[in-house]
Amino acid sequence: MLRLKCPYCGQMVDETELTPGGEAHLKRATQNSSDDELLDYLFNRRNPKGVHFERWRHTFGCGKWFVVARCTVTHEVFGVYKAQTLKPPKSVVDAIANRRGHETQESQ
Amino acid sequence: MSTRLVEGGRCIDRRQVVKFQFNGKQMSGFAGDSLASALLANDQHLIGRSFKYHRPRGLVASGPEEPNGLVTVGEGPSIEPNRQATMIELYEGLTASSQNHFPSLEWDVGAVADLASRFLPAGFYYKSFMRPRRAWEFLFEPMIRRAAGLGRLPRHQDESIYEHFYVHIDLLVVGGGVAGLTVAKAAADAGARVLIVEQMPHWGGRTSVDSGMIDGIDAAEWVNQLIDELASHQQVSMLNRTTAFGVYDHSYVLALERVEDHAPISGALRQRMWRMRPKCMVIATGAIERPLCFQDNDRPGVMLASGIRDYLKNFAISTGDRTVVALNNDDGYKTAMALAKAGLEVPVILDSRRPNDGDLTQQVRDLGIKIEFGRTVSSVNQSKGRIRSVRICSQVGEGATLHEVDCESLAVSGGWSPSAHLWSQGSGKLIWDEALSAFRPDLKRPPLQDDGSHNWAFTAGAASGCLPLDQTLDDACDVARAVFKRLALSGKIVRPEVEREKAEPPASTCLSPSGIKKKARAKAWVDFQNDVKVSDLDLALQEGYMSSEHAKRYTTLGMATDQGKLSNVNGLMIMAESRGVEMSEVSPTTFRPPYTPVTLGAIAGDARGSLFKPYRKTNIDEWHDKNGAYWERVGADWRRPFCYLKDGEKVREAVDREALRVRQTVGIFDSSSLGKIWVSGPDAGRFLDMLYTGVMSTLPIGRCRYGLMCNENGFLIDDGVVARIDETSFLCHTTTGGSDYIHGWMEDWLQCEWWNWKVYTANLTEQFAQIVVAGPEARKLLGKLNISDIDAASLPFMSWADRQVGAFKTRIFRVSFSGELSFEIALPADQGAELWRQIYAAGQEFDIEPYGTEALHVLRAEKGFVMIGEETDGTVTPQDLGLDWAVSKKKNDFLGKRGQKRPCLTHSDRWKFVGLETVEARAKLPVGALALGVGLDSHGFSKSIGRVTSSYHSPILNRTIALGLVENGPQRRGDILQFSTEAGPVNARIVSPVFYDPEGTQLNA
Ligand SMILES: [Zn+2]
Repeated sequence: MLRLKCPYCGQMVDETELTPGGEAHLKRATQNSSDDELLDYLFNRRNPKGVHFERWRHTFGCGKWFVVARCTVTHEVFGVYKAQTLKPPKSVVDAIANRRGHETQESQ
Repeated sequence: MSTRLVEGGRCIDRRQVVKFQFNGKQMSGFAGDSLASALLANDQHLIGRSFKYHRPRGLVASGPEEPNGLVTVGEGPSIEPNRQATMIELYEGLTASSQNHFPSLEWDVGAVADLASRFLPAGFYYKSFMRPRRAWEFLFEPMIRRAAGLGRLPRHQDESIYEHFYVHIDLLVVGGGVAGLTVAKAAADAGARVLIVEQMPHWGGRTSVDSGMIDGIDAAEWVNQLIDELASHQQVSMLNRTTAFGVYDHSYVLALERVEDHAPISGALRQRMWRMRPKCMVIATGAIERPLCFQDNDRPGVMLASGIRDYLKNFAISTGDRTVVALNNDDGYKTAMALAKAGLEVPVILDSRRPNDGDLTQQVRDLGIKIEFGRTVSSVNQSKGRIRSVRICSQVGEGATLHEVDCESLAVSGGWSPSAHLWSQGSGKLIWDEALSAFRPDLKRPPLQDDGSHNWAFTAGAASGCLPLDQTLDDACDVARAVFKRLALSGKIVRPEVEREKAEPPASTCLSPSGIKKKARAKAWVDFQNDVKVSDLDLALQEGYMSSEHAKRYTTLGMATDQGKLSNVNGLMIMAESRGVEMSEVSPTTFRPPYTPVTLGAIAGDARGSLFKPYRKTNIDEWHDKNGAYWERVGADWRRPFCYLKDGEKVREAVDREALRVRQTVGIFDSSSLGKIWVSGPDAGRFLDMLYTGVMSTLPIGRCRYGLMCNENGFLIDDGVVARIDETSFLCHTTTGGSDYIHGWMEDWLQCEWWNWKVYTANLTEQFAQIVVAGPEARKLLGKLNISDIDAASLPFMSWADRQVGAFKTRIFRVSFSGELSFEIALPADQGAELWRQIYAAGQEFDIEPYGTEALHVLRAEKGFVMIGEETDGTVTPQDLGLDWAVSKKKNDFLGKRGQKRPCLTHSDRWKFVGLETVEARAKLPVGALALGVGLDSHGFSKSIGRVTSSYHSPILNRTIALGLVENGPQRRGDILQFSTEAGPVNARIVSPVFYDPEGTQLNA
């Protein structure tokens, strides 16, 4: 059972308080998107062996969505941040670079 | 025979005789016995039949690694199958029976499987059951269901109590042997909060069994003194009979305490699950001995050397007067010495290694025991279920018999594997240690904490691969220092004084002899519990299953309840040898929790019966219950009356009566569970325009509008009525099951996509009770309660208004899901029951009846109203359901709009919404029945062109009605389709989905 820090509550919370929401920073398809772009948006997800940016909601807590940068192999957490952003904040990107170096580029 | 010796047995109390039953036979043992030792004391060697070939099997080991000794405990309905006899402590009245045999353990019909074993090779399941398809259904599956499976399931509910317990500690020490205890003592003295768990009833692990000296006193005594100190230590909690069975993500650890299993009391707390995230964990779980693979190595009487030693020293059990010891490492010498010191005969030690003169070799020689180096066992002779002699051959040869030695018991030792399961479960890696001839924890790749730190879990002692006592203690002190660092402790770490041992390195083959021939390979077992032989591994390789993970699944090696504790490493060694690769190139299969089986009761804890998933109840629940409610669990965990049963009434009769009453006079319905989500703010209208397929921003204050929600695929996910409360506020009704989900869905879009929009949402579902009064007399009835201005002009259809109803402040919505004149009255939840009672009382003169969810469904189906979850299944669009009118064509965007333009959703042969009327009015279409088309589909099955989504008996029409989705359905109205049902084909005509009152006159009655 994962234990993640909700950036709103500032608490470490067990996975049972949370709902997963899949890959973060997806770009919503527009009405002018091609069929391929639409299919990408609807169905294709990154499945990295390494650092992943994923959405979680503190459902049985404050109800807020946040993003976790987590290594899918080791469950190492590099940072959590509020969902109202189009890309990971610099502090999280730096934390990944400090600890993993090369993986940062692939993950972006 | 196996017997109890007159002296010895450090764990038993000979003054306390304990009576028990095995397979109906009365037996007795002593307090402190395990069931396994007590059976051996009664010369009960045969303990079960093997899983696949039904070979007779006896005990092999003395602890949780035992593969054969699975028994069913208890009698009658309250049995518990598959318990390890080695892990059951004997108690008065214990009843156990063996498994996997018919009709009796001694004489078993299934044993013909052994004779036919060449027809049941590895991969048998995969090969046999593919073709022909029918054979699977009628021949193989029933046969396998009967033959397979270990034991039988209990028929009755488990009366025992289980609980979960959370604990917060600095250090968890798993294993109460000298390594674990040494670390625990040091850390506790330095101020850490420590929990020590030990799976067995006794502390001290192997060291207490094997003689030795620590700090100048007997090792067992040394352990006892340490235990006394720890037991009174303020910082320490100690749990014996407790197995830490799983390490999960982010240092989550589960341990199972067997509270009452050794002295069961009916209805008492039986097991406790400990849940924790220790700051630091020391895995001091020892090591597990491996068997040797020779012909007929599974015969009762062939046991692990450590097992024979445990039975002898702990329980004073002799497994036979003469025991041959066959080994490839030092440790088995200790068994030979223990036997000799107890006065038992060890005719010969077969040491497959080259001649050596280690300390132990010398000690054995001093006792006058003969050692044959470079020799091993090629096979055993047996009769009447027991071995009689062993055939001896050269280790390096092909197995030609050099001579034969009589014996009743054979102790084997194929080396020791560190028990690093928890390390591996925590995603620490293992590495092959050539000198140790075993996989041991790779200190360079340890389990990680969530912050990426790697120094939170350590192995200590034999679990690290440090087998001799002096090395174990060295390692324990190293680990204690690492723990101090992790927990920022300071203090002294004292290494107990022991003599240095001169150890000889073990050999690294389990095949006996090395050149074991084909015929012997087919009778040499690797995995006893899952009946996997050396020849099965050969076959897997021959068929291309090179990776250990693939070969494991193909052969089922290590997949039984013992999780391959004895077999995994041997299997990997055999495969590596056959492939000609080094063990260092082989990756071990992943260890997964649980280390030993865990009862479902312990996993469930308190969460069973009514606490498993507690119901949500409306304020009116008690009234329903007192008035004949026939309950059903519906979405979001609510319980709602399916119908209300009157005396002697059948469910179907009640539903008919209730539905009819709504059509004829008036009915009352509790719709409190309906989702109610408050959406407010300057951008609320704009937001709802994105969420619903229709336009909500233009909805006038005081009006209601039916809305549909789709996901981005374009598929329908929820529906409901939206009411505009004021300029910036809306109340969105959702389905009962959808309330939490839809609220979460709204928040998702608001927080993660349009976070600068000014919108606030609140899930008010539980804040309001909602009562539906429906039927031609509904308005007249409400008039009796002094409600003003609910006439059609003041409160027209699809509008709402705040109205005083007697003493209650309510909000009335004029919406209808039944097609009848209908008022939905909402008020604060705690007042719901009282208003309900008043309406019900006032309704008596109109013959008011409460109606349940099923009558609601009948009424809506008669009107052709769709129901989320009935007509929809996640692949249905609003357009499929003929709800195009509720999908805006003007809006630039809404969730699902782009998705709905996908060619697959606009295709002309989509299945579309229709009514279905069986040609024979009494015939009923089952939900899910498929309409047959012409020809075959791409899979060679009959082509389907539609399906039934809802099906009811309509009391007002006095016939069955159904709704469904049919290819081009609306254009084929009048056509007769054939539906395939279990009762044979049923013909039905495609009709309008509106079966009743298509003009809608009732709505404004
Ligand atoms: Zn939170």
